Amino acid sequence: MAADKTTRSETFPSGIASVGLGEVEREVPLDDPPPLPPNAGLAVIGKSVPRQNGRAKVTGATRFTVDVTLPGMLHGRILRSSLPHARVRALDLSAVARHPGIRAVLPVARPEDPVAALVRYIGAPVAAVAAVSQSAAEEAMRLIHVDYERLPFVADMDKAREPAAPLVHDAASAPQGSASGFPAPRGLPLNGNVRGPASDSRGDAAKGFAEADIVVEGEYRTQVQMHCCSEPHAIVADWRADGVTVYMSTQFTAGVRHELAETFGLKLSRVRVIVDGMGGGFGSKSTLGAYGRIAVALSRQAQAPVRLVLDREEEQMDSGNRPGTWQRLRIGARRDGSLTAISLLSYGTAGVALGAGVGNMAQALYACPNFTGAQHDVFINAGPGCAMRAPGNVPGAWGLEQAIDELAERLAIDPLVLRDRIDPSAVRREERRIGAERIGWQKRHAPGADPGPVKRGLGVAQSLWAANVQTNSACEVRVMRDGSVEVLSSVQDIGTGIGTVMAQTVAEVLGLRPEDIALRIGDTEYPAGSPSYGSRTTASITPAARVAAWRVLQSLLREAALALNAAPGDLIARDGRILVRDEPGRSMGFGEAAARLRTDRISAVAARGDDYGGFRRRMEDAALAQQDLGGVQFAEAAVDTETGIVRVERVVAVQDCGRPMNPLQIESQVHGGVVMGLSYALFEERILDQHTGRMVNPNLEQYKLAGAGETPAIEVVLLENYQGQSATDAYGMAEPATISTAPAIANAVYNAIGVRLRSLPMTPAAILAALGKIPARS
Amino acid sequence: MNRFAWAHARGIAEAAAAASTTVADAMAAPPGAGGDEMSIVKAGGIDLIDLLKENLLVPAKLVSLKDIPGLDGVVEEQGGGLRIGAMTTLATLADHSVLRRRCPVLADALRGSASAQIRNVATLGGNLLQRPRCWYFRAADYRCLRKGGGHCFALSGENQYHAIFDNGQCAIVHPSTAATVLVALGAAVELANAEGAQRQVLLEDFFVPPHRDVQRENDLKPHEILTAILLPQLPEGLRMAHVKQGERDSFDWPLADVAVAFDLDPEGSCKRAAIILGAAAPVPHRARTAEAALRGRRIDEDTARQAGRAALDGAMPLAKNAYKLPLFEVLVRRAILAAAARQ
Repeated sequence: MAADKTTRSETFPSGIASVGLGEVEREVPLDDPPPLPPNAGLAVIGKSVPRQNGRAKVTGATRFTVDVTLPGMLHGRILRSSLPHARVRALDLSAVARHPGIRAVLPVARPEDPVAALVRYIGAPVAAVAAVSQSAAEEAMRLIHVDYERLPFVADMDKAREPAAPLVHDAASAPQGSASGFPAPRGLPLNGNVRGPASDSRGDAAKGFAEADIVVEGEYRTQVQMHCCSEPHAIVADWRADGVTVYMSTQFTAGVRHELAETFGLKLSRVRVIVDGMGGGFGSKSTLGAYGRIAVALSRQAQAPVRLVLDREEEQMDSGNRPGTWQRLRIGARRDGSLTAISLLSYGTAGVALGAGVGNMAQALYACPNFTGAQHDVFINAGPGCAMRAPGNVPGAWGLEQAIDELAERLAIDPLVLRDRIDPSAVRREERRIGAERIGWQKRHAPGADPGPVKRGLGVAQSLWAANVQTNSACEVRVMRDGSVEVLSSVQDIGTGIGTVMAQTVAEVLGLRPEDIALRIGDTEYPAGSPSYGSRTTASITPAARVAAWRVLQSLLREAALALNAAPGDLIARDGRILVRDEPGRSMGFGEAAARLRTDRISAVAARGDDYGGFRRRMEDAALAQQDLGGVQFAEAAVDTETGIVRVERVVAVQDCGRPMNPLQIESQVHGGVVMGLSYALFEERILDQHTGRMVNPNLEQYKLAGAGETPAIEVVLLENYQGQSATDAYGMAEPATISTAPAIANAVYNAIGVRLRSLPMTPAAILAALGKIPARS
Repeated sequence: MNRFAWAHARGIAEAAAAASTTVADAMAAPPGAGGDEMSIVKAGGIDLIDLLKENLLVPAKLVSLKDIPGLDGVVEEQGGGLRIGAMTTLATLADHSVLRRRCPVLADALRGSASAQIRNVATLGGNLLQRPRCWYFRAADYRCLRKGGGHCFALSGENQYHAIFDNGQCAIVHPSTAATVLVALGAAVELANAEGAQRQVLLEDFFVPPHRDVQRENDLKPHEILTAILLPQLPEGLRMAHVKQGERDSFDWPLADVAVAFDLDPEGSCKRAAIILGAAAPVPHRARTAEAALRGRRIDEDTARQAGRAALDGAMPLAKNAYKLPLFEVLVRRAILAAAARQ
């Protein structure tokens, strides 16, 4: 039977490097490379390698989608609803069609269709044009006449839950399911504007609360946060007789290709999607989107390339957002801190869409035998939400991690000690230990202890995020006869530098330097790569890159073996040479070996295999790894109790992502996550005028993002957490980096002033109100 | 943004002749009225371009003041005052050696305004004439009272950044931080018309509160150019301070800002005091009760605290801006104590 064996047994390093490494046995496919040693034993992987496109970015050479110009390119523009809820009775496009600069006109709202005649939020697309210039496209907006029948609307989640509230959807138009679960459960009841509950339970919560010595209960609110990508949503669609090519700022070229094929009835072979530079996405550029479909339809109609770039107001009104939430958490515990029950009730609103749950923090972060949860989506007449960096768990952490701190105080147990008792994760235990030492937790004092109006405090919060993997993720590695090397995949660089990590991976295998590896990514002409969402890119593409590089190396070694008169299995690639393992004197240059190839190039394509120890769960092209990602952040905040101003002075972020592939880039990503979390904590909020349903701050002036002046000292510590799960054993960082920042700051604010802020953002007005300093209105 | 013609004026009279309307008049005109001939002057253009991009202002022509000689720079005048050309940029003033020596409070306030990129382009004249940042005023969808409509949307709407004084009709706050300081220092503006006639108006009187005219923030007339800001000679030993608090330190409008200036008699009692609140009212707000609370008193923690409380006299917060009361109270106190601590 041995001949049938497709795997071999290998011994992998296992455990947390700073705690002590052990070993784990894994079965690996026969043609997978040998286990990768810990980072300390590697030449390129695990080193802080500067990103390959860094210079191009800072010198302006990088081509973003907005920079793409094609011959004969037209400019698209979307006319958007100026009313929060209306029926389009008539849409008169005759005047615009006569405009000499207009090449295509597309109705989006359709008066004749009872469903498509309705617009449900300000900013909803009504019609679109493609014109010879941007100014002609803008002029066209004034030539389109829309006859609206105003309908009652609701722009507030609490009001939308009232029985007499205007209905945003009817049963036919209401989106199915809910994202308050993964995958989204379907068939949930619709009651007025409320979809749900999505229920979840284990054990017997009532019994658990009865057994509790102490119960904490609190209500927590989070605001709507906008994605605010530095690069707007942008597409250049080029429809030709033989297929469509789309240049798009997208987090998933391969996925957009599928959507285009399906939407426009094309074979995959006739669809190409390309992205070069990208200025962020944070979840809002995961799909083709309405604007993408519009641009392609305009291009098809005009028979010319069409460029469509959303302006900042469109970005803020209609490119997605992080939904706002309300949650009530109850936690029961015994005197020793052990949890007896948790109950969670949540309502959230993603505007006209779904996906406003609070994630799985309360369910899964701490050991607790009894849990009951009910999460609801509430529809309001506002722009749709969409996935945004750690959807669900960001608002979830805001509630849970404050509630745990409150519990610790009621039990008179240090918040870290309590977490040591109830958090089963060895990774977070080590992260707490390291972080406490770095931030100086022992100097933490009782609330309000500082003399003077400015009070300082320390806070901590934890995160939980699934380690996602895209199994439909592949990569090609080519070696040319001149010794040059290319790595190719449709995977896109959202801005985090995945290409550089792929180059490191390939360079490590081939014994080259990362800069020796040419990157060909962001184009569906190459093997389909992973999406850049769900913190899965590194986990999905680097094992494929290493396996492909390993396989192509074996071909090269066969050529070199002939020249060196050695067995291919005795050869290794190191420092730009191919050498005999036990006789390093017998060697040849990598280029010399390549020169012996029979053809101009050799190549290998590899896909992401299953995790060696198996996945916890599989969903079509995606899977969850056995072990979740952790992360613990500490914040030091100063609160001016007279002005209400909170300034975060320091954040220590201790994070894990399996094997850190490139600490420099991961640290950058953590910096971004912390700043985003801080900005969420203190500044950001979509503000809707309740009388008109319009966002009053659809810009970057009155929609406030943290700037350089608000950025604290950020210290990042990365754990090396080896699990022997893949050819690189690497997982993601994007989302864990932002989950715990806001509650860590809130806990620091509480430690500073002794008042708990349960609503976001923590503005001066909110702080002064919490301190009882705002006089009642007379 | 619509197409518009573009011209460079070579002299003040030429510019004034071309300036057929003010931004305020243009924006309050009924839609379509006079748009074909409407000609507006442009200084740095920071506020103007914003208004154009939002289609709030649709002029036929813009007339640039940039080529007019002598409209920028700082001159020490014979009487001891300073004459600041209206076209001098905020960045130039923030670092200007004369201004830094003579009036560091103003230089610092300008350095703390906007962002470095904006300060490099924005002029002091334009800063004083800029239109309010009220989000209803700035959105074309709202034809509000100040734009010739019939309703202030802020009064019953989202008014967290709005006025706590004089907000009965329209609740904008004046956007200029420089104005807060300049009014406290008794500055005047110099205006010239197409005939070459000049007038000087105390800046405080140049600003127009809603009860005088709800569609403008100042008394600039059509065919009139703001040419200079005149800072009087400041009395020897004048104590000054300006404190400003935004939600953010980087590039943000203040939630509240306070300028104080007072001088003391030989016994250390306050002779005269000016206490001006910015981001508090449709025009820079003189806190008269607070000024009175300082007069004749020694400046100490206690007096400052009383003046802080007195500064709220007459405040009528809206539904979402009552937090500004404690904020102004503490900033007035802090500004007074900061001024007293300066020699």
